[in-house]
Amino acid sequence: MMKRLAYFLPLVLLAILAAYFSAGLGRDPQTLDSVLINKKVPEFSLPPIRGFNAGLSNNDFLNKVVLVNIFGSWCVSCRIEHPFLMELKKKGVIPIYGINWREQNQDDGPRWLKKFGNPYSLIGDDPKSRGAIAFGVTGAPETFLVDQRGIVRLKHMGPITQQNWNDTLKPAIDKLKNR
Amino acid sequence: MKFLILTITLLLSSNFVHAVDPGEILKDSSLEIRARAISKDLRCVVCQNQSIDDSDAELARDLRILVRDRILEGDSDQAVIDYVVSRYGDFVLLNPPVKGVTFVLWFGPIVITLIGFICLILFFRRQKPLIQDLKKNNAEVKK
Repeated sequence: MMKRLAYFLPLVLLAILAAYFSAGLGRDPQTLDSVLINKKVPEFSLPPIRGFNAGLSNNDFLNKVVLVNIFGSWCVSCRIEHPFLMELKKKGVIPIYGINWREQNQDDGPRWLKKFGNPYSLIGDDPKSRGAIAFGVTGAPETFLVDQRGIVRLKHMGPITQQNWNDTLKPAIDKLKNR
Repeated sequence: MKFLILTITLLLSSNFVHAVDPGEILKDSSLEIRARAISKDLRCVVCQNQSIDDSDAELARDLRILVRDRILEGDSDQAVIDYVVSRYGDFVLLNPPVKGVTFVLWFGPIVITLIGFICLILFFRRQKPLIQDLKKNNAEVKK
């Protein structure tokens, strides 16, 4: 009897492998787990974009829950996300910091914000990806949630929509604020 | 013949085509060699199966420049790699390190090969008496 069962061993092994690989198949290889989660905001310091007074550095993350949003005027998804960020600003839900990533021309970022509105309370200029690399960014838009102690709590890849706001971001923010 | 020579030449020369811009290259060639070696081991996170040394992606280019800047600032090779890993995780290493989570990755193939060998040995062990039986039978038939 045991011998008979042994014949099925390869089949069982195959089934295990198949299950393992098919689980991996559904995962998007572009979404990576951030190693920054539950770590302090990485050290970085960015100058202001043209026409603005203040830049952005890791010292700006203290005593408040904030979002950091990586954007660029060249980024189509950022344009899609933009109205939602404006709404957050209008309602005063949470301060949003911006990292203006890889503008070809120094005026592109400021012009984009002038045209569509500026949802950011602080913006750093990041033509050489120093800020983006500090945050382990792979594409724009990307958004990080940082808590009162300057610890990164959540990473969101792609545009923020009403749905993923309701599902993940808002609950996480509420939880942090109520601590 | 001409075609063959052309093909071979092209295949060989493809090695020398790189994404690295002349402007990125460091003046000190010993430092540049170190930068190249590091870049070859770092994955481009945009086009995930290329190293940043091979990739034309803008983020890869910025990473290459970052690697070079860090080297110029006096960072050791390991310090440069550690910095990038601290931001992007082990995933950026094209040679994943041996540790808990990558154990199966590194030793799985060896273990599976060993299991295969054990199965083979068991199989032939079992065959031996059968073959001897056969031989005996044959000998008896001949008698």
